[in-house]
Amino acid sequence: MNTTRRTVLKGATASGLLAGLIAAGALRPAQVLAAEWNKAAFEAHDTAGALKGLGAGSPAESKDLMLKVPDIAENGAVVPVDVLSNIPNTTSISILVDKNPAPLSAHFDFANGALPDVSVRLKLSQTSLVKAVAKADGKFYTAQKEVKVTVGGCGG
Amino acid sequence: MADPMKIRAQMKGDVAEIRVLMSHAMETGQRKDAAGKTVPAHFIQSLTVEVGGKKVIDGQTGTSVSRNPVFGFKMKGAKVGDKVVVNWVDNKGDKRSDEAAIA
Repeated sequence: MNTTRRTVLKGATASGLLAGLIAAGALRPAQVLAAEWNKAAFEAHDTAGALKGLGAGSPAESKDLMLKVPDIAENGAVVPVDVLSNIPNTTSISILVDKNPAPLSAHFDFANGALPDVSVRLKLSQTSLVKAVAKADGKFYTAQKEVKVTVGGCGG
Repeated sequence: MADPMKIRAQMKGDVAEIRVLMSHAMETGQRKDAAGKTVPAHFIQSLTVEVGGKKVIDGQTGTSVSRNPVFGFKMKGAKVGDKVVVNWVDNKGDKRSDEAAIA
């Protein structure tokens, strides 16, 4: 018996996430559009788990990975995050919010001329480090900055 | 079916800038409604951007992305008139595909 799955289901019932999980699982075969959603990484509850799910282990700090975030976010529901990698041969960028219930927020793979330069808007549940992780030539690099949140992006 | 996306694609020098606004609730599964019942998670899980028939961005997103997500991408090797196609799929299997041309 798959005990991990049972634990996940039990935990999900408690937090009322079951409907979402079933929908995600049951409808998976229909999602042929893109690479399969990295469930392990996106559902990890801490940054270490998310990095492990991405196969990133412990990435090296890099000054060539630019992370642009506001120092203070008045509204945690909409925090603009820009990531630009100047590391040669960057093939993917992931963005994580350390203190969010599920830290991994977005992951992008680049191909056919796409530049490793993305902007997104994220929810921050509270003041947290925002981390960018870039993959280049099979190695992982990271940069991080703290964003102070006055009103959280969850609940309400 | 969700509302259409807004896609703006523009050449700035030799770089094409693509901005996409998607219309989606992006429920985290953490929020409770007025009756105290948890609102089930409902969020975009994957998105792709194709330019001139080639996939340039393959993205995956989690619940931390803001409601009505906005994404900005850049690419080289595109030209004015190239067709930009953006697709997304959410955790309930809803999907949406919209297109625009690079201006």
